[in-house]
Amino acid sequence: MQNIDNASYLFLPLSEEEKENHLQPLSTEPLSFWRDGWIRFKGNKLALIGSYVLLFLFIMAIFAPFFTSYKYYETHLNLKNMPPCKKFWFGTDELGRDLFTRVWWGARISLFVGIMASSIDLLIGVLYGSVAAIVGGKKEELMMRTCDILYSIPYLLVVILLMVIIGPGIMTIILALTITGWIGMARIVRSQILQLKEMEFVKAAITMGASRKRILLKHLIPNCMGPIVITVTLTIPSAIFAEAFLSFLGLGVQAPIASWGTMANDGLSALRYYPWRLFFPAGFISITMLCFNLVGDGLRDAFDPRLRS
Amino acid sequence: MTLHILKKIGILLLSLFIVSTATFFLMHAIPGDPFTQDKAIPEEILKAMNSHYGLDKPLFYQYVEYMKGVMTWDLGPSFKYQGRTVNEIISEGFPVSLYLGLEALTLSILGGVVLGAFAAFKYHKWQDNLLMILAVLGISIPSFILATFLQYLFAMKLNIFPVARWGSFSHTVLPALSLSALPMAFIARMIRSNMIEIFQQDYVTTAKSKGLNTNVIIFRHVLRNAILPVVTFLGPLSASILTGSFAVEKIFGIPGLGQWFVLSISNRDYTVIMGTTIFYSAILMFCIFAVDIIYCFIDPRIKLKESKCKI
Repeated sequence: MQNIDNASYLFLPLSEEEKENHLQPLSTEPLSFWRDGWIRFKGNKLALIGSYVLLFLFIMAIFAPFFTSYKYYETHLNLKNMPPCKKFWFGTDELGRDLFTRVWWGARISLFVGIMASSIDLLIGVLYGSVAAIVGGKKEELMMRTCDILYSIPYLLVVILLMVIIGPGIMTIILALTITGWIGMARIVRSQILQLKEMEFVKAAITMGASRKRILLKHLIPNCMGPIVITVTLTIPSAIFAEAFLSFLGLGVQAPIASWGTMANDGLSALRYYPWRLFFPAGFISITMLCFNLVGDGLRDAFDPRLRS
Repeated sequence: MTLHILKKIGILLLSLFIVSTATFFLMHAIPGDPFTQDKAIPEEILKAMNSHYGLDKPLFYQYVEYMKGVMTWDLGPSFKYQGRTVNEIISEGFPVSLYLGLEALTLSILGGVVLGAFAAFKYHKWQDNLLMILAVLGISIPSFILATFLQYLFAMKLNIFPVARWGSFSHTVLPALSLSALPMAFIARMIRSNMIEIFQQDYVTTAKSKGLNTNVIIFRHVLRNAILPVVTFLGPLSASILTGSFAVEKIFGIPGLGQWFVLSISNRDYTVIMGTTIFYSAILMFCIFAVDIIYCFIDPRIKLKESKCKI
């Protein structure tokens, strides 16, 4: 070891003693984008409560109909308009149907419609938006102008018109909701990708000869996951609202299937004397939308770096 | 600028054309005809009715006639109410809806700006937290549910306001309140976050260090810039007030256009549905257009051209 001069000494491994004295251990693992966001999200109490309530709603919507002692279409004509009691937890409606059972069936329909509609929006929107941003030029102009025109038609009017034409039902509601619902997502994805396209890592990928498909799938879309997730979380409540609204106007699912909107519509006529018939479904619509909005806001605060204070 | 406006007008007209065309063909794609009922109608009468309303002509001819009508503001007769035209229904119902809508819009802008500004002043204090929780509630509770709740509480239980119908100002309070809750909450949230951002800007610090009066800083520098972005959302917000009116007018029994629209849907009165849809779309598109143009004038920073880049 004597011959070794100072310079090459630097390249030898450290002794145990030196390691302990001089090397500071790395304080933490480097935070990934998702972990960082998750930590911020956990700090947001309201959003956390919202996600627990949603989890509870999902579990109940899936399992509660199996455990209630009544069927959602089962009538008890001698027990009409019962107030909430031990036998019927949420009371009964004008045909003596158990509202507790019907509320959870309604939850199934509302959540199903919300999730299906927003997943289809997600698929079409991401595809359309990213293709538009990548092709550029005249084609992009044409694609986005088409979007502008479709977007300028009021959403609920389109949905109502379509429901009048294709007739009521769960599948038709989902179809009507998605026919112009994807445009918001497409616009967000496009604007994100237009920004990302200018970044060095994308330029590096282009220089190294990566194909468009690879750049899109490996570099661009993963980097707009934040805004995409937020948009999906905020699309679900608007779809649930639209379903309830349509059912409230008599354009939604048809009897005897229960949806929160149809139950609220049925309850409206009896508001003065049997208010619980309206307030249970109405309360569930409001709570569900509230929780989705809280979670969506929480995700936006957690994952959108521009909004961080 | 002129080019920008012309382009916008072009898009507006094109959208209106597409909406009218789509509405027409969609309505004619419905199986059966407007006179299909439970009772069987004799063949001759059906024929006479079809020829009276021009339904025996080829579809394209009907389309051209209808488009001519749309352009000259003649939306045809109602199929369910004999002797009434769609124009009559619109001119009867729309003033009521407009009155209600404008009241709701005014309420939401005033309330939203005041509450948002107040929350921004009390940033991270309990007033701010309370207002923001209320705002999330306002955004989450659909107008038709809020309407029934307000009706039950203030009209049926407390007897402060009339339960339903239309007539005096007190009839408009509950419907306008339920329509304005969502836009108000939305505006309040926007104003709050904009103001908090603006408080940290250099020009506000400069204004403070110049020793300007607090009121001047708030009104001339902060609030003015905080309200600007809200203007762009007035289009979508009026859309939400308008569609909300379908249910709210039904709940409060208000004889507005929204009520007619819902009624025509359940009656399957196709010409009224078509006419009202086109009318509503035209109004909303015009609102969005007007907001766009106004925004260009009041905010000189707006960029009219997006930068383009290619992969």
